[in-house]
Amino acid sequence: MPVSQRLKIAFVGNPNSGKSSLFNHLTGLNQKVGNFPGVTVEKRSGHSTLQNGSVAEIIDLPGIYSLYPRSIDERIVSEILLDHKADSCPDKIVVVADATNLKRGLLLLTQVIDVGLPTVLALNMIDLVAKAGISYDINALSNHLGVPVVPINARNGAGLEELRNVLSNPLENPAKKIFNVYNEAKDAVKTLRDQLHLDNDYEAYQFLQQPRSLGFITKENQNFIEEVSKRYNFFPGKFQGAETIQRYTFIQDLLDTVTLKTSDDSWKRYSSKLDKILVHKVWGYVIFFTVLFVIFQSIFAWATVPMDFIDGLFASVSNYLSGILPDGLLTRLLTEGVIPGIGGIIIFVPQIAILFACIAVLEESGYMARVVFLMDKIMRKFGLNGKSVVPLISGVACAIPAIMATRTIDNWKERTITIFVTPLMSCSARLPVFTILIALIVPDQLAFGFFNLQGLTLMGLYLLGFAAAMLSALVMKYIIQVKERSYLLMELPAYRWPKWSNVGFTIVEKTKAFVFEAGKVIIAISVVLWVLASYGPGDRIKNARENVLEESANLRLTEQGLDDRIAAYKLENSFAGIIGKGIEPIIRPLGFDWKIGIALITSFAAREVFVGTMATIYSIGSMEDQTTIKIRMKEEINPETGGPRFTPAVGFSLLVFYTFAMQCMSTIAIVYRETKGWKWPLMQLAYMSVLAYVSSFVVFQILS
Amino acid sequence: MSEGNKNVAQMKPGEVGIIAGFTDEHLSVKLLEMGCLPGAAIRFNFSAPLGDPVCISVLGYELSLRLDEAATISILT
Repeated sequence: MPVSQRLKIAFVGNPNSGKSSLFNHLTGLNQKVGNFPGVTVEKRSGHSTLQNGSVAEIIDLPGIYSLYPRSIDERIVSEILLDHKADSCPDKIVVVADATNLKRGLLLLTQVIDVGLPTVLALNMIDLVAKAGISYDINALSNHLGVPVVPINARNGAGLEELRNVLSNPLENPAKKIFNVYNEAKDAVKTLRDQLHLDNDYEAYQFLQQPRSLGFITKENQNFIEEVSKRYNFFPGKFQGAETIQRYTFIQDLLDTVTLKTSDDSWKRYSSKLDKILVHKVWGYVIFFTVLFVIFQSIFAWATVPMDFIDGLFASVSNYLSGILPDGLLTRLLTEGVIPGIGGIIIFVPQIAILFACIAVLEESGYMARVVFLMDKIMRKFGLNGKSVVPLISGVACAIPAIMATRTIDNWKERTITIFVTPLMSCSARLPVFTILIALIVPDQLAFGFFNLQGLTLMGLYLLGFAAAMLSALVMKYIIQVKERSYLLMELPAYRWPKWSNVGFTIVEKTKAFVFEAGKVIIAISVVLWVLASYGPGDRIKNARENVLEESANLRLTEQGLDDRIAAYKLENSFAGIIGKGIEPIIRPLGFDWKIGIALITSFAAREVFVGTMATIYSIGSMEDQTTIKIRMKEEINPETGGPRFTPAVGFSLLVFYTFAMQCMSTIAIVYRETKGWKWPLMQLAYMSVLAYVSSFVVFQILS
Repeated sequence: MSEGNKNVAQMKPGEVGIIAGFTDEHLSVKLLEMGCLPGAAIRFNFSAPLGDPVCISVLGYELSLRLDEAATISILT
């Protein structure tokens, strides 16, 4: 069957209704994550085979409480459900409701029913309902609502056969209307229906209620709707509260009829006991910071083993291929540009997988909501969200998974600020640069008898990054002006054991998203950087060996020493070298020479490349160990002063530069992917570069 | 407003009240959707360690909201 004729089924439901569990269960690994056209909202879709053998396309829409959206994510759902003329309009809708908390789920259901598309109610967590001692008359519920009702347990798959069955059979539009448009709006609704050829009253009523936030309405029609509104004395949002109350009244009456047995909430007792500890004044924070520490440790420590393995693997593949393939441009492009580029993407996979495993557990168990609860007051002061804590702390290991983790923040402004400031947290790639420079300029001595000076400096740099992140967030809070008001209004779900397959799905999904979307940008930049560092104008690179031999004819170099000199010569005469020399006047006020300039350019791929480039440029490329590099850097003389090149002023200036500068193409790629455009990554690059430059300038000028 | 008027932000842990109405029209629409209905029972569970946000029970589930949001819900006691 052609894709366009496939049955399109949309899943709608409250956050925490178990919608995603159901989606995972029905689609298995046949899912893909994309974006809705034009917006950054994640679109999860997949396909599933129904009872009659036909394949249906399933879309998992963002969790919402009502068709009146609170955020951009939620707006998508209203747009998809109300745009009946679009190709994306679903053929069938499954409303997933948490059966232990049915009233709120039914509010959404009654709105969806009134939209007039074929609808099924999936009554999820039916196991918990039984445990809680609640009992519903499912048939009566279905009769009163006018839609099929299927009790399910999305965790173990109970009831899913029945749901598939219902979905594979023809489904009528809902038989009933729950809400009747108020008399005051009837004329306006009729005018709209006639003029815009709408399917039913509630659809037209929604057009009147929110003409500006439904993106598919053309400018012309928006003006028309507003004119009609004016004519009939209507305005967006009028009666919205009254509508909600009317719906809840209907729901209360309905539940009074169909509930056979109610619960005394005693099933939630253990959850509220847990809350006594987990949001306790002292223990709450102790436990939270322990959890953060465990997450941080696991990405920092556990990920290094597979990362070293991946690093080694790609190096040997490169070596192997350059051994068997004929030497030439293509071979070098492959072994020095493309394969290390791919390696540079895959190397992040362990960190991404571990961080998202942790985050999925926090979300699934219900603890994430408590994190927000604990941190909201502090983070809000800085324009951030309670959920920003996890990305910020993860940023100390690596900004890539951290920025991907901001997806959990619903509010656009708070999410953007979090993305913007997270790279200022000192990541693990800065560590090699920090350690070598600190070893170079800070004496290995104790201060006050027991503080190691080098350790103190390192800690100071981490704190500096953290302070810069928080202060930048604070500034952005006042710069970014949005109409979207910041709410909390968040459910604190009862604690549950995480479902491990959902954790697995999250890992697969995030890893795929990174490798395939950010990966493209990373490959492109690494190939460009490779070309810059390997080629130069004229014949100088080609004749490197002869030129170096000529220059150092009387130096009696070993073969190794000669190779190192050739490598340095090549780098110096490459495009990167020329750019490095070209920017020397700009970076001189920071205390940097052209050799450092070259390292700044090459380490744009990743900060840790700084160390390798310094080794190459000082002709010690073959001895890439810290001590050798340190000693060589110590010996480097500044020809202008006659003293050492790496004075404390230069060293601290470089340290501050690397604390603030973006210097990471993978971060740029992931910010591009997460914000769906070049605006934010480029602003971030500019901001961090300026911040780094100015701070280094100040540090160097004060110290020298 | 008479003396008996109180809002959710002034409640103490464990206290129960009946929602009387809202003071912020914009926010009231959201609160209604979340099940804070006039006439419904509301229980103040606990506040976060820094006093803000707070957790209430309404409509059979636990809802957290900021103190300034809670202050817009007036209650009868």
